Amino acid sequence: MRRARNPSRTIVPSDITPQARYMSRRSLLAGGLGLAALQAIGRFSRPAMAETGAEGPGALTFTRNAAFSLTETPNSYRDITTYNNYYEFGTDKADPAENAQGLRTKPWNVTVGGEAEVTGSFTIEDILKPHPLEERVYRLRCVEAWSMVVPWIGFPLGDLLKRFKPTSKAKFVEFKTLYDPKQMPGQRSSVLEWPYVEGLRMDEAMHPLAIMAVGLYGKVLPNQDGAPMRLIVPWKYGFKGIKAIVGIKFTERMPRTTWALAAPNEYGFYANVNPAVDHPRWSQASERHLGGSLFNSRRPTLPFNGYGAEVAELYSGMDLRRYF
Amino acid sequence: MPRIAKPLVFAACLLPALHLAAGAFQLGGLSLGTDPVKLMLHTCGRWTLNFLLITLCMTPLRNITHGVDWLRYRRMFGLFAFFYALLHFSVFLLLDQAGKLHAVGHEIVKRPYITLGMLALLLLVPLALTSTAKAQRRLGRRWTRLHQLIYPVALLGVWHFWWQVKKDIREPILYACGLALLLGYRLWKRHQSTAPVSVARFARTDGA
Repeated sequence: MRRARNPSRTIVPSDITPQARYMSRRSLLAGGLGLAALQAIGRFSRPAMAETGAEGPGALTFTRNAAFSLTETPNSYRDITTYNNYYEFGTDKADPAENAQGLRTKPWNVTVGGEAEVTGSFTIEDILKPHPLEERVYRLRCVEAWSMVVPWIGFPLGDLLKRFKPTSKAKFVEFKTLYDPKQMPGQRSSVLEWPYVEGLRMDEAMHPLAIMAVGLYGKVLPNQDGAPMRLIVPWKYGFKGIKAIVGIKFTERMPRTTWALAAPNEYGFYANVNPAVDHPRWSQASERHLGGSLFNSRRPTLPFNGYGAEVAELYSGMDLRRYF
Repeated sequence: MPRIAKPLVFAACLLPALHLAAGAFQLGGLSLGTDPVKLMLHTCGRWTLNFLLITLCMTPLRNITHGVDWLRYRRMFGLFAFFYALLHFSVFLLLDQAGKLHAVGHEIVKRPYITLGMLALLLLVPLALTSTAKAQRRLGRRWTRLHQLIYPVALLGVWHFWWQVKKDIREPILYACGLALLLGYRLWKRHQSTAPVSVARFARTDGA
């Protein structure tokens, strides 16, 4: 897989985002002038290549993060927005595009709790405001053995989490999706335990490749792709990328995660893409890459979805067959 | 029944395959969507099951309705089940696995749900080969015994479907219920007919 050579090992989140933006609760809640001032600092320090990628409604301002992006052609906007696993809106891939349109993403609140100094309920605007947006073209590998390439717009998850000042007890971070069966018809069936919950170890969450995505193809994230804010962890199976996040909680113990609860022998907490560890019922050694030719869609799956050089050291010494 | 009925039914049975073909060549604004290989696999797989169940409906329908000659259609439906099963396997072999025989062999051995599907397909082969009137005549009563293989084939097919579903098993449950109903009907019928018959036989020997 062709991918830009990547100096990511040496990049830490603080290189990307000025220290000033790791805000205390006070400035986070201050809003208005305070935020604007901080954002101005942020703007000023941003790379000169700022650009608007898309036009029209929902267009976002962002910079392209070439170092973290594949050079591969992304899947079409249509593919990415009509082929979704989002059981809150139905179990068929076409269901979310149809059923998610009624989801109200404004107003939207995110509750932050657990082992952190800054906790409480925040509006999505407060959550997003300080973070300059980047485009990252990532590989997406579903546990069902298909894959896509997606140009996400987002910002490093670590930058967000640091603002809440997790304490030394925070070993994991847990995320929660909205629970609202009125808006999310899939939640009226018990196909999974609702609300959807996911989690990461803190060092995974702070890794610069992990992002919160708020858009794709330069535009605001469509509802069926997880609006207003969803997680993207490109070296893990897609189900780790929890959507429509309303809760962030820092915990000392490993959080429970939805698919691991549903079938503990088939889905684990880590869920790192691993061609050497098969799903009990199907092979993970290769994947069908969507959007290409009818005849040559199958390609080998790469360890950590091709991000091994960046993330393998997070798991050194771990038995990845056991911690799948 | 008008003479045109059978060709019409035949054409209708071909529609799912024609629809897929039109999508593959993007005729008439059709397309196979984002994951064409999966759509083809699942469509052919579903129609295999549909035709297996439809085939199994013929005998009960004959018993219930009397008038209509449902058995005239049984062979055609059975052969369509085989046709879609063969298409299903061909898509798996040629498109999903890109024709790599060793990979396919490995999958068949290693994935229990694929093993079941493969077994079902293999069991369908002798049924398709002996589906002619000539074979039926030649085999006589053994033909009936042989063609009872459709029961395990249908069971394997539904099991194969059930086993590969990630989580939402509503559809496999539907097929399983349909099959249970059809097989249950046969058990009930057999129970109904064997009980008095054996009594009669017993009575006859007793009286002799």
